[in-house]
Amino acid sequence: MSETTIPYEAVLDELEAEAIHIYRETAAAFRDPVLLYSIGKDSSVLLHLALKAFAPAGLPFPVMHVDTTWKFQEMIAFRDKRVAELGLDLRISTNDEARAEGVSPFSHGTHEYTRIMKTVALRAGIDRYGFDAAIGGARRDEERSRAKERIFSLREPGHRWDPRKQRPEFWRTANTTLSEGQSMRVFPLSNWTELDVWRYIQREAIDIPALYFAKERPVVERDGALIMVDDERFPLRDGEVAQMRSVRFRTLGCYPLTGAVESTADNLVDLIAEMESSTMSERAGRLIDGEGGGSMEAKKAEGYF
Amino acid sequence: MTTTRQTPVLHLVTCGSVDDGKSTLIGRLLAETNSVPLDQLEYARQTRRGGSTIPVGEVDFSLLTDGLEAEREQGITIDVAYRHMNLPNGRRVLIADAPGHEQYTRNMAVAASNGDVAVLLVDAARGVRPQTHRHLTVCALMGVKTVIIAVNKMDLVGYRQAPFDEIVAVVQATASRLGVPDVRAIPMSAAAGDNVTSSTNEMPWFEGPSLLEALCGWEPVEDTAMKPFRFPVQFIVRAEGNFRGYAGTVVSGEVSRGDEIIVADSGRTALIDRIVTFDGDLEQAVTGQAVTLTLDHEVDVTRGDLITGVGPTAAQPADRFSADLVWLGEEPLAHGRSYLLVSGSRSVPATVTNVRYRLDVVSGHEHSARLLDMNDVGRVEIATDRPIPMDPYTTSRDTGGFLLVDRVTADTVAAGLTRHAMRRSFNVVPHSYDVDHEARVRLMGHEGKVVWLTGLPGSGKSSIADAAVRRLHALGVHTYVLDGDNVRTGLNKDLGFTPEDRAENVRRVAEVSKLMMDSGLVVFVALVSPYRSDRLSAKALFGAGEFLEVHVDTSVEVCAERDPKGLYAKAAAGSLPNMTGMGQAYEVPEHPDLILHGVGDIEASVTALTIAILGE
Repeated sequence: MSETTIPYEAVLDELEAEAIHIYRETAAAFRDPVLLYSIGKDSSVLLHLALKAFAPAGLPFPVMHVDTTWKFQEMIAFRDKRVAELGLDLRISTNDEARAEGVSPFSHGTHEYTRIMKTVALRAGIDRYGFDAAIGGARRDEERSRAKERIFSLREPGHRWDPRKQRPEFWRTANTTLSEGQSMRVFPLSNWTELDVWRYIQREAIDIPALYFAKERPVVERDGALIMVDDERFPLRDGEVAQMRSVRFRTLGCYPLTGAVESTADNLVDLIAEMESSTMSERAGRLIDGEGGGSMEAKKAEGYF
Repeated sequence: MTTTRQTPVLHLVTCGSVDDGKSTLIGRLLAETNSVPLDQLEYARQTRRGGSTIPVGEVDFSLLTDGLEAEREQGITIDVAYRHMNLPNGRRVLIADAPGHEQYTRNMAVAASNGDVAVLLVDAARGVRPQTHRHLTVCALMGVKTVIIAVNKMDLVGYRQAPFDEIVAVVQATASRLGVPDVRAIPMSAAAGDNVTSSTNEMPWFEGPSLLEALCGWEPVEDTAMKPFRFPVQFIVRAEGNFRGYAGTVVSGEVSRGDEIIVADSGRTALIDRIVTFDGDLEQAVTGQAVTLTLDHEVDVTRGDLITGVGPTAAQPADRFSADLVWLGEEPLAHGRSYLLVSGSRSVPATVTNVRYRLDVVSGHEHSARLLDMNDVGRVEIATDRPIPMDPYTTSRDTGGFLLVDRVTADTVAAGLTRHAMRRSFNVVPHSYDVDHEARVRLMGHEGKVVWLTGLPGSGKSSIADAAVRRLHALGVHTYVLDGDNVRTGLNKDLGFTPEDRAENVRRVAEVSKLMMDSGLVVFVALVSPYRSDRLSAKALFGAGEFLEVHVDTSVEVCAERDPKGLYAKAAAGSLPNMTGMGQAYEVPEHPDLILHGVGDIEASVTALTIAILGE
C-alpha cells in the first residue's frame, strides 16, 4: 500500500471543475436560467465559479436577488458594488405587497415571515421573468435534510418540491428535460463543505462582505443569540441599549434573524483557524431553522430554496 | 496545475439495510473522523426514536445519517443520501448511502454509478442474504472496482472466525463471477466500535486493517491501457475578437496543445490551438478538468458533439447498440416506443428494439423477457435516430453510460450501460438519387402528406378516410390508405395488442407512411393508436406541415352501439382484454391539428380534411 497524501488544493480543484461542469450544462440546456445571488459567502463563490465557467465571455444569464428589505445595510452596499464591478444584469424581487402591509421579522413568526418575504418573493421573481432554472448555493452539508438533495432539483408546477418526483442522478449526465410547468433548481456547490467554501475564498482571493470578519458592532441579546442593531427599525426594549462587542457572522441573511458569534478573527487566516476548531454547524446561528431537523424540508415543500 | 490525476475525492457507496447496522456504521465513521458538527452529535446523544435501546447520553450513531422527515417517521431510508468524510491522508470521501430494501435496486444503481469503492454490509448473525448478491451485482454492473465486505455484528457471534470465513467465501465467489477486480473483507462491530476506525483486540485471528485504515490505503485500480481522450462539448463560448471555444470536461484521458483531434460526430479533424481557462491557458488538460478548447481552424462543432483523439482510440458513430438497462420508471419498458437517449450533453431519440434477457440480480441467471419492469436489469438492443459515438461502459462511464427519458413526462425511466455497437453505421450510407422528392412532387402536382386519424375502435376513422380519399381522388390527388386492420394481416401480422406491440405497430406504420409520403402520396393512416407517446414518436419522423394529427372524437357509447366489427360485444363478454376504451385506456390527443366528430354529416368532415390538406 502506497502512502498518498492529497493536498487540499487537489480537492478544491475537483470541486471547482464539478461546479463549472454543472454551470455549463445549465447555461446550455435551459431556455432562461438565472443565478440566485444572496450576497453571502456561498453566493460570492458561486459568482466567481460562474465567471470561470464562461471565460473569456461574461455571464450568459442574469442574477437575481430576493430582497426582503431586512438585509444588513452592508450587504446591499456590497451587492451594488459587485454588480457595478462585474457589469451584472441584476434583477431584484421583493414582496412589495407584504412589505406595504408591514410584514417584518418582528410582526410575524420567523417561519411565516420567511415564507412571505423569501419564499413568495422568490417564486414571484422566477415567474415574473419566466426563468426555467434557478442556480443556488445550497450545500448538502448544511443540514441533515439536505443530504438527499439533488444537484438538479426538479420543481413541479407552482414551484412545489415533490420528493417522489426527484430524478435519479447518474455520472455527470443530467436529465434537464422539463415538461409543462416544471422548473429546475440547480446547486453547483452541492458537494462542498463550509470549510471548502472558506478555503476556496482564501485561495482565489474572492471579495466577500466585511460582516464575516470580527469588528466592534452594536448588538443586543435575544433568546441567547446576539443580534446586531443594524438600523432604527429594531425595536429595543425599555431601557435596552445596544452594546458594542467584537462579533462576526457565519452566515448572512435578514439581520434580525441572524445571530452573531463573538470573535476577534478580523482576517481570513484567523477566521479559517477559528472555523477549523469550531464544531457547530453553521445553521445553528440561523434562527429560521430552529424548529427541529425537518423544518427545512417543510419549507422546501412550499418552494423555499 | 498538476498533470497527473490524484483522485482527490473517493466516491464510496454503502450497501446494506438498517438491520445490518449500516446507519450505525456510517454514523460512527463520520463521528470518529470529526466529520459531524458538535450540535448534531449532541442531538444524537439526546434524541431517541421508538425501539432504541441505547441509553440517553450515549451517541446513537444511526441518528447522524437520517435525512428526510418521512424516513425518520418510518424508520427506513427512502433515497440516496450524500455525506462527506475527510481521511487522515487528505483525501475527501463522498459517501453515497443507498437504502437496502429490495425494491430499491434503482437507488442502489444511482449510488453505485460514481462509486470507486463499495462497502457491502453483511450481518454476521444472519449471514448472506439475497440482497447481498443483489447489491454486489448492481455495484459490479455500475463499474465499482473495489468491494469491501464488512461483516458486521461480530459481537453477536462471539467474534468467532468461522461465521466470518463462511460469509466471505460465498460473497467472494459471487464477486469473482462478476469480475470485481479488488475484493477485501473486514470483520467488525459498528455498535461496539471494533475494526471501524481502529483495530480491536477482540479478533486476534484477523490481521487486516480497520475499515478506516483500508480506506486510507485505497488507491484507484489501475487500468492497464491508457484511457482514450474524450471531451463531450457542453457549451460554445463566443467572445470578443472572434473567440470561439468549446467548453466541457475531459471525462477520460488527456489532451495537449497541438494534439490532433477528431469530432467523432462529423469525422472532421483539427489541431488543438489553445486550452483556455479563467486562470490562463494550459499546456495540457487531464481527466476531470473543466476547460475550453479552441481549434486551429473553423470546424463545425455543436453542443453534444464528442471530441476525441485520432487513430485507433477514436470513437465510431453507430446507430444500434447492445446495452444493459436498469429500469427506473414506474411504467414498464415498451418495445418500439421512442425515448430520449441522454448521454453527457447529447440527446437523441432512441428506440428499444429488442429485449434479449432479464438478469436475475440474485442468482445471475438470464431469463427471457419481453419487457422490463421497475427495478429490473436486462440486456437490450437500442436503435438511435442518428448515429452517435458511444463507448463501451467499461471504457468510460461518462461516454458509455446514458439515460432514457420519457418524452411526455420528462421522467428518467432507465439508466443504460453501453456494451458494444452492433453495427458501424458507416456501412449504411444513404444513397442520394437524382430523382428526388422535389422531382416527384413536380410530376405529381402536389406535396405528399400524412393524415393520421386516431380514435376509438368504431369511431369512424376508416369511413372518414374512405370518403376523403374519394373526394381527393376526384380532385386529381394521389392517395393511399393504411388501415390498421389491413396492415395487421400482412406487414404487422406478428404483432398483438399489448402496449409494446401497439408501439411497434405504430412505429412500422409511421415508417411506411413516411416512405409513401416521400414518393408524393397523400397517405391516410386509420389507426386506433391509443398512446400519446407512440403518436408523438410517429410525428417526430416528419417535418413541419408534413404530418396532420386528426382526432376522430366519438364517444365510447356511440362506438359501442355501432360496433361494426363486434369488438365491443366481445370485450363486454370478457374475451378481448386489451380492447381500447374498455380494458386499455385511450389517451386523447392534447394538441391535434384537427378534431372531427364521428357522428353527423361525414361530408362536413371530408371538407374540413380537404381544406387542411390542400389549403383553401
